[in-house]
Amino acid sequence: MNLNLHIWRQKNKDTKGKMVSYQVNDINEEMSFLEMLDVLNEDLLRKGDDPVAFDHDCREGICGACSMVINGRPHGPTRTTTCQLHMRYFNSGDNVYIEPWRAGSFPVLKDLTVDRSAFDRIIQAGGFVSVNTGSAPDANEIPIGKEIADEAFNSATCIGCGACVAACKNASASLFVSAKISQLAMLPQGAAERKRRAESMIAQMDAEGFGACTNTGACAAECPKSIDLTNIAQMNREFIGAKLTSELV
Amino acid sequence: MALDSKIPDGPIADKWTKYKFGLKLVNPSNKRKYDIIVVGTGLAGAAAAASLAELGYNVKAFTYHDSPRRAHSIAAQGGINAAKNYQNDGDSVYRLFYDTVKGGDYRAREANVHRLAEVSVNIIDQCVAQGVPFAREYGGLLSNRSFGGTQVSRTFYARGQTGQQLLLGAYSAMSRQVAAGKVKLYTRTEMLDLVVEDGKARGIVTRNLITGKIESHSGHAVLLCTGGYGNVFYLSTNAMACNVTAAWRAHKKGAYFANPCFTQIHPTCIPVSGEYQSKLTLMSESLRNDGRIWVPLKAGDSRPPADIPEDERDYFLERKYPSFGNLVPRDVASRNAKYVCDEGRGVGSSKLAVYMDFADAIKRDSQKTIEARYGNLFEMYEKITGEDPYTSPMRIYPAVHYTMGGLWVDYNLMTTVKGLYALGEANFSDHGANRLGASALMQGLADGYFVIPYTLGDYLATIGHQDKISPEHAAFKESEAIVTERINKLLSINGKFTVDEIHRKLGLVIWDYCGMSRSAEGLTKAKKMVQELKHQFWTDVKVVGTNEELNITLEKALRVADFIELGELMIDDALNRNESCGGHFREESEVDGEAKRDDENYSYVAAWEYTGENQPESLHKEQLTFEYAKPSQRSYK
Repeated sequence: MNLNLHIWRQKNKDTKGKMVSYQVNDINEEMSFLEMLDVLNEDLLRKGDDPVAFDHDCREGICGACSMVINGRPHGPTRTTTCQLHMRYFNSGDNVYIEPWRAGSFPVLKDLTVDRSAFDRIIQAGGFVSVNTGSAPDANEIPIGKEIADEAFNSATCIGCGACVAACKNASASLFVSAKISQLAMLPQGAAERKRRAESMIAQMDAEGFGACTNTGACAAECPKSIDLTNIAQMNREFIGAKLTSELV
Repeated sequence: MALDSKIPDGPIADKWTKYKFGLKLVNPSNKRKYDIIVVGTGLAGAAAAASLAELGYNVKAFTYHDSPRRAHSIAAQGGINAAKNYQNDGDSVYRLFYDTVKGGDYRAREANVHRLAEVSVNIIDQCVAQGVPFAREYGGLLSNRSFGGTQVSRTFYARGQTGQQLLLGAYSAMSRQVAAGKVKLYTRTEMLDLVVEDGKARGIVTRNLITGKIESHSGHAVLLCTGGYGNVFYLSTNAMACNVTAAWRAHKKGAYFANPCFTQIHPTCIPVSGEYQSKLTLMSESLRNDGRIWVPLKAGDSRPPADIPEDERDYFLERKYPSFGNLVPRDVASRNAKYVCDEGRGVGSSKLAVYMDFADAIKRDSQKTIEARYGNLFEMYEKITGEDPYTSPMRIYPAVHYTMGGLWVDYNLMTTVKGLYALGEANFSDHGANRLGASALMQGLADGYFVIPYTLGDYLATIGHQDKISPEHAAFKESEAIVTERINKLLSINGKFTVDEIHRKLGLVIWDYCGMSRSAEGLTKAKKMVQELKHQFWTDVKVVGTNEELNITLEKALRVADFIELGELMIDDALNRNESCGGHFREESEVDGEAKRDDENYSYVAAWEYTGENQPESLHKEQLTFEYAKPSQRSYK
C-alpha cells in the first residue's frame, strides 16, 4: 500500500516545529507501524535527509517507550502500543497524521520524541515500598488472596508510556499516578506508607504541571494496558483519607 | 595474565557463607566517601544501584533510555526460578544448582552456580516485600509452575510479564534512593568508553544523547550491568537499542571476553515475515507446558493444519525425547526445529516454522483455563500475525534470545580490570553453554541484590577512599579525545550504505555460520565476510547530521561498529571450540545427530584478551573442575 504521511518535525526543544508531508510506497500489511517508519527513515537517510526521531525499544508492547499520536489518537486506531500496531489497519491512499504526545509536562525534544522524566519524578516521590535489600521476611509469610493479588497486578501492569496524558484534554496524569497508588494500597506490603505515598505522589504530579482530572475517561479508553478508571476513584479515596489525617507537615 | 577465579575452598554448600565472612567491610561512616558508577538500569543495574545506595555508597546510575524502567529486562515473560520448594516436590538449593550446571552442559563454574541457587530464595522474599504481584493460589500463597527443562515446579511468575514486574520492583527501590539523594540518575546518556589508569577502572566517558555532549564521570569502581549482545544477529528478541558497546569498550581496555560464541537460540518465537522485519518476538517457553510441537510427516505438505489428520503429523520432540517431550531444553528444541525445516517439513509461507498446537490442552482443561495461563501471549500472537491461536496452531521458529558469553569475571564479579565489575547478562559466569528457562531474571537480581553488595566492599576497603582520580585527569581527557575522534570519523565518511543495511548483512552472516549449527569451513568463510563488512563500514557507511543533536543514526553507527568487531571474535571462539556443547553445536562433533561434548579437551572457559587493532586476540583458559555435578552426556530421551 502507499501512504501519505504528515509528520511533526521539530529540530530540538528550542525551535518551532511543523507538519511535513512524505510519501511511502509498497508498504506491506504485515509490517508494524514502526517498521513502516523505518522504511521512511531509510529513504530519508539515502537522500541525506535527517530521519524522524522517535522513542521505541522493545517493539513488543511492554517497555512503554513508543509514543505517538496517530490520526488524533495516542498509539493510533487500535487499543495497543504503537509498536504493536500493524499496517493491516490502514488502506492504500490513507492520509496518516503523526504527532508527538502533546502535553506541557512532556516537552518535545525532537520530532516525535518527548521528555517524560516527570513520570520518574512522581515515582521517586513515593511509588515504592520502603524495604532495604535483605530485610524481607519469607515470601509466604505475607499471604495475599488471589483476587487482591490479581487486582494489584492489573494496576501494576502500567507501562508508563504516557498515552493517558496525551489522550486527556487537561493533560492529566491521574491514570498513571493512580495505578501505582492503587497497586500498593491494595497490598499489605504498601500499608505502612499508604497515606504518605498518596499525598507525596499527588503533590509531585501537581508540581510537574499536569492538569486536573475531570473524569471524562479518555485516558482509560486509550490505555494500551487497559488500566481501569476505578484506579482514579481509589486514588481519590486514598488522597482524601490521607489529607484528613495528614502525616506530612 | 593468569586467570584467578578466586573460588573459595571448602564444601560447596559452605563456600559463599565462609567467603562472605572473610571479605573486608567498609566502615558505615566511610561508605559515603565512595562513588560507584553503575552502567545500565535493568534488573542487575537497578538492583545494584538500589542496594549499594541503601548501604550508604554514592551511586551514579546511567541509562541510554528516557527512563530506567525501559530496560530490556522488562520484556522477560515466563518467570524466575527459586529453590523455595513451596510445592513439596523435591526441590532444593542443591537441585537447582545441579540442574543449572547440567543444563549449562558443564561449562559453568560450580561455585558461582551454587551461590546463585542459594540466594535465589532471598530474591523472591525481597521482590514480594517490594509489592511485586506474583501469581497466587486462592489460599493466598505463592503459585509456581514448571518451566522448560526441569522436573520440579520452582518458577515464580506474574502472568506473562514477570520481567516487567521484577524490573518495576527494582526500579522503585532505586527511585527511592534517587529521592534520598544517594543515587544520581543520568538518563539518555550512553557510555562510550571506560577509563583505566594505573591498572584500575576509574570511570567512564559518556555521550548525552540529546545534546551530544561528551562527559567524564569518575568513581572508585565501575559496574557494567549492560545486558547481552544478541543484537549482533540484527534480528533477535532483544530490544532495538540493546548493544555490546559498554562491554566491548571495556574489553578493549583490558577486560577479557569469555565464551563469546555461547549464544542461546530460543525455540519459540514468531517467525520472520519479511525483509523489513526489525526484530523478533518471543513467545514464552512456558507455552511448551501445554503446546504440542509438530510438523507434517511428509515434506512439502502445504495443507492447512486442521486438514492434516493425526497420523500424518510428526510430534517430533515427543517422538525423539519421550521422557521430556516438548519440555526438552532450549538448544535441543531449537536444533530439532531447524532439522525438520531443513528436511522441507517446515510450515507457513516461509517454510521456516513449526506448529505449536493447543487444541489438546483446550480440550483437556477448557479454553478459559488456557486463557488464564497464557491470555496475554495469545493476544500478542494474534496482534502480530492476525491469526487466532485458540482455533489454529501457532507458528513458531527459533530466534536469538540470550547470550551466555560475556565479560570474564571472578567469584567477586570483578573482570580482569581491577575495580571493573560485570553483572547479569553482561558477564559469562552462571549459565555455561546454555541457560535454563527462568534463570536470567534470577541471575540479574542475584548479582545486583545479593552478591555485589558484599564483594564490592572488599575491593573498596582494600584501595581506600582516596584512591580515585578527578574527571579532569589526563586519562579522562585522552578518552574523551578518542571518543570524539571516532564520532567525527563516522560523520565524515558519507558513503552509500546505511547503518541498518550493514548491520542486517552482519546479522545474516552470524546467523548462517555462527548460529544453531557451526562448522570449521563455514566459520572460516564467515570470518572473511565479517572482515569485509568491517572495511565496508569504515569506508562506505552513511551517517547524516551532527554530533550536537539527538542523532539516531550516529547512535546506531557507534553500536554497529562494535558489533562487527565482536562478531569476528565470536567466530574465532566458535572455531576454537571444536566440540558441541549447549547452544554451540559443531557439525564435526556429533553422534547420531546429537551433540557430542568433549570434556577432555574443552572443559574450560575461553577468555579472550584484546591485543591491539587488527591483531588476533589471545586465548586464556580457565579450567573448569566438577566436584559435585559430575559431567555426563546430557540425555533427554
